[in-house]
Amino acid sequence: MLNAFSGNQLILGLVQASVAALLGMIVVALARKRGIHLEKEALIAMARGVVQIVAVGSILLFLLRGPRWTGGLLLAAMIIAAGATSARRAKNMPGAFPVSTWAIALGAGSVIALMTWLGVIDTAITALVPVGSMLIANAMNTNGLVLNRLRSEVLAHAGEIETALSLGADSNASVAPYVQASFEASLIPAIDSLRSLGIVWIPGLMAGMLLSGARPVYAAIYQFVVLVMILAASGLTSLLSTVLIRSRIFTPAQQLILQPGR
Amino acid sequence: MLVEHFEVSVSIQCSANASCNRMSDRLTSDSVKLHSEQLGRVVSGKVLVEDVTFDVRSGEVLAIVGPSGSGKTSLLRLINRLDEPTSGTVFLNGTDYRHITPRDLRRKLGMVTQRPFLFPGTVGQNLCFGPRQRGEHIAQERIDALLANVGLAGYSHRDIANLSGGEAQRVSLARTLANSPQVLLLDEPTSALDDASKSEVETLIQQIVRQRGLTTILVTHDRAQAARMAGRALVLESGRVVRIGQISEVLNA
Repeated sequence: MLNAFSGNQLILGLVQASVAALLGMIVVALARKRGIHLEKEALIAMARGVVQIVAVGSILLFLLRGPRWTGGLLLAAMIIAAGATSARRAKNMPGAFPVSTWAIALGAGSVIALMTWLGVIDTAITALVPVGSMLIANAMNTNGLVLNRLRSEVLAHAGEIETALSLGADSNASVAPYVQASFEASLIPAIDSLRSLGIVWIPGLMAGMLLSGARPVYAAIYQFVVLVMILAASGLTSLLSTVLIRSRIFTPAQQLILQPGR
Repeated sequence: MLVEHFEVSVSIQCSANASCNRMSDRLTSDSVKLHSEQLGRVVSGKVLVEDVTFDVRSGEVLAIVGPSGSGKTSLLRLINRLDEPTSGTVFLNGTDYRHITPRDLRRKLGMVTQRPFLFPGTVGQNLCFGPRQRGEHIAQERIDALLANVGLAGYSHRDIANLSGGEAQRVSLARTLANSPQVLLLDEPTSALDDASKSEVETLIQQIVRQRGLTTILVTHDRAQAARMAGRALVLESGRVVRIGQISEVLNA
């Protein structure tokens, strides 16, 4: 039906985006009928999404002609934006932004650097930026999940944590069961993605590689490689985030700062 | 002893440096186990505790009483340094508690709270928690003895999920005693229990405190309980001490 627009790729893209947005709004309207109001949030998210992705597409167009280091610059900017986004999930957590940014930078950044150095990720901007951004985006989600879960766990178990402190435990020991639970919960999406790979879904990267003419077996293997890198980057980010945030939720005198009603 | 105590108290005002030394002299005397010196905490402009000064002598039971919201629990949390004072300090055996590591301080000041907050696992594992934090192994015989002491002989391997409210509070008391505290801090230890358990746990605490000669600070809103358990009482209102003295004088005033 939309084949009539196939002559101009830009117009085709805009028409496809409008159709997809319309579908999204139909779902929002259905939700509204059931008393669930998502209109404002969905509209803002869609508007932001389209502006951001078109902006990135334009920047990529510019960067593809630039020197290779500009890819690193773009990834660094993505890390800061990811830190700010996932810090919002950790309401009232002291120092959530610096903790998130450092955790993503060291967690996802080290995996990107190592894999690029080993040659697993191509240094060409067309490969480095999309693959790197996948690792950063997943690390961001994991970081948001771990901080959000840890915050809830600490608030729900402030009594147990202070009891442990009162019995002579240090701050790390007193919060250890809740850090562990949060860490495990934050990695469920990454592990489930890996577990259901090829059975429940064929990820975008593999689909893209197939569309651009790569051999199916190589596309499949590389998709597995990317998902393992996502698991590593997410796991490392989550681990670093919990280590860094631990020192922020206690005072130097090992007093719990994050308390219900404070 | 009381005269000496008074003289040293007066001389505290002489000079800042001298006062520290004299305070130390005074507090290292056998009689005073814990001394709260002008203790206070203000959070976001709200006064929780203000200028609270008192002594607790070795083996004494001091009750802190007052209406709901008067700052009793806030004061106990300052004494255990779960919260940081914004003014004043506490001396334990004559040492400013800011010079004691928080872990060591809290082990010495054993706390039992209104709710027991037992950790998942068995009763025995809960009793091992405190000693394990400083790398100590607690023998099964000692666990059994502590449990027998709180009337729960044979409960060591029982899962905490299967305990009644009164039993859980007894385990909480035994867990605190497993750390061999020098001072016992009791924060409304029976207020979350039903009447039958309340009476049992109160009697048990009284027995243990007497047997061990434990210096104890009891926070309670129940004046009758304070009268049954304590020798002296401190009355708090809006975070300030309004009366302190022998229990009968204070509660009848």
